[in-house]
Order: sequence, then structure tokens, then C-alpha cells
Amino acid sequence: MTSTVDTAADASRSTPPSGLVAVAHAPGWVRYALLAVGLAVAVWLPNGLYPAVAVDILCWALFAVAVDLLLGFTGLMSFGHAAFWGASAYVTGLVAIHAGLPFPLAVLAGALAAALLAVPIGYLAVKRTGIYFAMVTLAFAQMVYYVANEWRSVTQGENGLQGVPRSFPGLDLTDDYYFYYAILPIVLLGLAAAWRIVHSPFGRVLVGIRDNPARARALGYPVHRYKLTAFVLSGFIAGLGGGLFAVGHRFVSLDVLHWTTSGKAVIVVVLGGIGTLWGGVLGAAIVVRLEDWLSFSGFEAIGLVTGGIFVLVVVLFRRGIWGSAAALARRLALRRR
Amino acid sequence: MAGQALLSARGLTRDFRGFRAVDEIDLDVAPESVHALVGPNGAGKTTLFNLLTGFLPPSGGRIELAGRDITGLPPERVARLGVARSFQITSLFPQLSAREHVALALQSSSGLGWRFWRSAKLLDRYTERADELLAMVGLAELAQAPSAALAYGRKRALELAIALALDPKVLLLDEPTAGMGLEDVDRTVELISRVRAGRTVVLVEHNMSVVGRLADTVTVLQAGKVLVEGPYEQVRADERVITAYLGAADAAR
Repeated sequence: MTSTVDTAADASRSTPPSGLVAVAHAPGWVRYALLAVGLAVAVWLPNGLYPAVAVDILCWALFAVAVDLLLGFTGLMSFGHAAFWGASAYVTGLVAIHAGLPFPLAVLAGALAAALLAVPIGYLAVKRTGIYFAMVTLAFAQMVYYVANEWRSVTQGENGLQGVPRSFPGLDLTDDYYFYYAILPIVLLGLAAAWRIVHSPFGRVLVGIRDNPARARALGYPVHRYKLTAFVLSGFIAGLGGGLFAVGHRFVSLDVLHWTTSGKAVIVVVLGGIGTLWGGVLGAAIVVRLEDWLSFSGFEAIGLVTGGIFVLVVVLFRRGIWGSAAALARRLALRRR
Repeated sequence: MAGQALLSARGLTRDFRGFRAVDEIDLDVAPESVHALVGPNGAGKTTLFNLLTGFLPPSGGRIELAGRDITGLPPERVARLGVARSFQITSLFPQLSAREHVALALQSSSGLGWRFWRSAKLLDRYTERADELLAMVGLAELAQAPSAALAYGRKRALELAIALALDPKVLLLDEPTAGMGLEDVDRTVELISRVRAGRTVVLVEHNMSVVGRLADTVTVLQAGKVLVEGPYEQVRADERVITAYLGAADAAR
């Protein structure tokens, strides 16, 4: 039934999210200032928060940016990204346990495995759009979940992978505080890679495909292949986060593959701002911090609070926190002129 | 005849759930000609367009471009082989500037689009050529404007610049003057006659005066079939055409 493809009329219906423009058009000094502030916060973070929470924020920041690469810049909502986050967590854990490699190599192996997994899933998923794309990705993620659950000899099933080492030659990383600084360069590299992808010739084509797939095809761009490439790159970056998460927790539980993990990633992006890239980082910081705070306050219904905040943000700030702030800043700048 | 035609169709057919929109159409577009497709609404013009550009797979028949079978190829392949199209409903990328649109079209044949590890500044190399094309369609001053902010006639002009940027063998224009005021229509006709030099143009058009000023050959479609084909004056004088279509159009004017 895909024979009647996306026609021009189909494309004209899509309305793009509008966060991207705001950030891209900010003057140079604003962007450098934001970058400086961001780096300063990243360096300071484990001094202001529990280092373990700070580590989680970094991992989730990568995950969110990976999801936004698809959701915000390619127009695809993956509801199964736990498959890549979780598959990488397991592969990273297994490699770290059995091969005793330094943790960055184990994480790299995990991320590559996630990218590899993204090839067949993406190949089948990108032929669909909208809700159907989301459903296909969810279905595959559920399959991966059940495989991990049943394949006990390798994954330890519900017990999870215990004792993932944080090995690195010459360094003792058992303290979360030092571990944070050990993974920070990897995370920054991952974030920089996502930024580069968005601001590359490839990224320009992706935005074109997002806004008007029929037009992009008429220009000679093989839309499916571009989407698949974006999907695999996104799987790799999500895998980078998932691998670091496994090493950070020294433990991999089935939760990393659960559909609620996919959902949380989408929520983090929507909260931060779709199509803003850095909004996902902000969203990750807020959600992870909030969940940690609520779990220590002894409050049982964490989901109720995060869900409530999510609803509030979606209703009050349709562009997410970053997107709304950027829009506001732009409006103020225009008024002053 | 098929050997000389740049773009040709044989027995081209398309069914939609029991409705035959295009019914065994034979079409030969001569190189460097302007070939107009006219006919009342529902005659199958846009469906034929979508078939020729790969946006719809045919239910039957065959399409050749310069002797090469392109039947059933996806639109991006057809575009890469040198068939560029515009859309009836203006179809642009709302967030990109006019210049970025043309650059994106210029870039498509290069493979640069795959370089996710390079800076988008790489595309600056297309700025000069993009500005030339924009100047050609009268958009020189609006190169930086986001396409969403352009007036309707300007958007149509941008569509044309994008199609030209692909440097196509065949340019398919789906109602390039649809919804335009008289002034814009004149400007568009003048523009098409300027850019047609050395190119082959297939035109779907309702406005018969536009067809008369531009077309070398006119194919009149009715109910998915070719009713008449020939030079404009001859087609215009044909009684079947007058009853089917032109009579009504003339009366309206």
C-alpha cells in the first residue's frame, strides 16, 4: 500500500518544529557564551550533585541527543530507542566482564553493536512514517527485550549482569567523582558529533527530508537511505550513552531495554525541546535530578510528579524548555532593535 | 518515432481502485521542444506527471528516457537521470532560505549530502551558482529570505529555480502559472521561454494563452486518454477539442 507514496500535498501538511531556527540564528557571541557556560557547568557538576547522579545525567544527555537527532532533525519519532541504549549496555557489560578491556573500548564495542542492530531495525522502520514508524520501532525494541529476558546464559535474565568493571590502565575509577571526569570527554565527543551531524551537508538534507520528503525525492535524494543513515548514527550515540550507563552502574538490569526507558527518552527530549539538540541535555539533567531527588524524599509515586511536570511543560511551553527560552530570547532581541 | 523522442511513454496505464486515471497513453516528447499537456480536470494530467517522474508506479506500460527504460524507478532515481519537476501545490522547505533551496538542489548530484562529519560551510561553494539562478528567476534580492515568507508568485519562481538547479534533460512543470495574477503569468511565461533554450519542457497548463505562447506540441487528454495531439493552432481548431475543452475555456474568456 505504499505505492501511492508521499505526494506534494502530503508534504505540505507537515509543520516543522520551530526550535532549530531560533538557536541557529543566535549571534555568534551568544552561542560561544552558551558553550562556555555549558562546559563550565559540565566541569562543576559532580561538585554540586551526587557524582553518581551527575554520571547518569551525562549518559541520558547522550541518549536524549540521539533521540532528538531523529525526532527533531529527521522527523521520525522512535519509540524503541531503549533497544540501542540497552543492547549497548549489555554488550559493553559483557565485553568489560569477559575481555577485561579498558572501559572506553568496551563502550565503543557496545555502541558499535547498537549501530549494527540499528541497521536491520532502521531498514524496516524507515519505510513507515509517523505513528507507524513509532510502532515498528517499539515492536522491535520489545523483541530485543524478550530476547534479553530469555537468553539467561548470556544476560542472566532478570538478575541482570553483575559486576561490570570500570577498568582503565593506571587509574582507579571506583569513586564516582573521578569516574565522572573519566567519561566527560567521551560524552562531550558524542555531543560534538551530534552537533556536527546536524550542522553538516547531511544534516541540511535531513531537515529537508523532515519538512518535505516528496520535494527531497524530486531533488534526487534517496529519502529512505538518508533516514536509515540518521537512524544508525542515532543508534550509535544512544549506544554510547547506554554503554557508559552500564559501566557507571557496574550493573546491567533488564530495565535498560524496557519500553518505559524508550518513553522516558522521548519525554526528556520533549521537555527540553524537540529539534534543539541542547534541549535534550537540559531535559536529561532535569529529569534525572528530579527522579533522584524524589526517590530520596521517600515519595512513592515518582511517575506522578514527572508526568505532571511533563504535562505542564507540554501545555505551557510547546517548544520545550530550551525551545521556549530561545524563542523568548529572540523576541526580546528583536524588540530591543 | 520513439527512437527520436527524449521522453516517451507506451501504453502507460494507472488504475486507482477500479478507476483508470491514465488509460494506455502513448506520448513522445521531442528533444528541445515545449510539450504541453492540457485537458479538463480529471483528465489524468497530474497522474501522468506522477507516473513520468516515478512518484507513482504505473499499472501497465513503459516509460523511456533517451532510450533507457525508466519504468518503475523511484522518483529520486528518475530525478538523478535528468527529469526535474515542479509541483502543482507549491512544495518547498519552509525553514530554508531561497538560496539554501537552490544550494540543496545543486548539491544533490554531488554526494556531499552524505558527509555527516563535515561542516555545512562546505555548501558555500554553491552560493555563487545559486545566486545566479535566483537572479535568473528574479529573486536576487530575496536570496536570504526564508521561503515561508515569500509571496506566492515568488514561491513559484523559486520552484523553477530549484528545478533548473538540477540541470535537467527534461523539465516537467505542473501548472507553473496556477493561481497567479496576470502580471506574474506574463513574467513566468517570459521566464520559461528564456530557460527553455536547449532544454525539453513538459508543461501541464490550464491557461490556454500560456500554452499558445509556449508550446510546440500540445497533447489534449480526456478521461485518461489522448484525445488529440499536434501543434497548438491545429489542436485549437480541432472540433473534438473545442467541444471537449477549448470551447468552454473560450466561452469563459
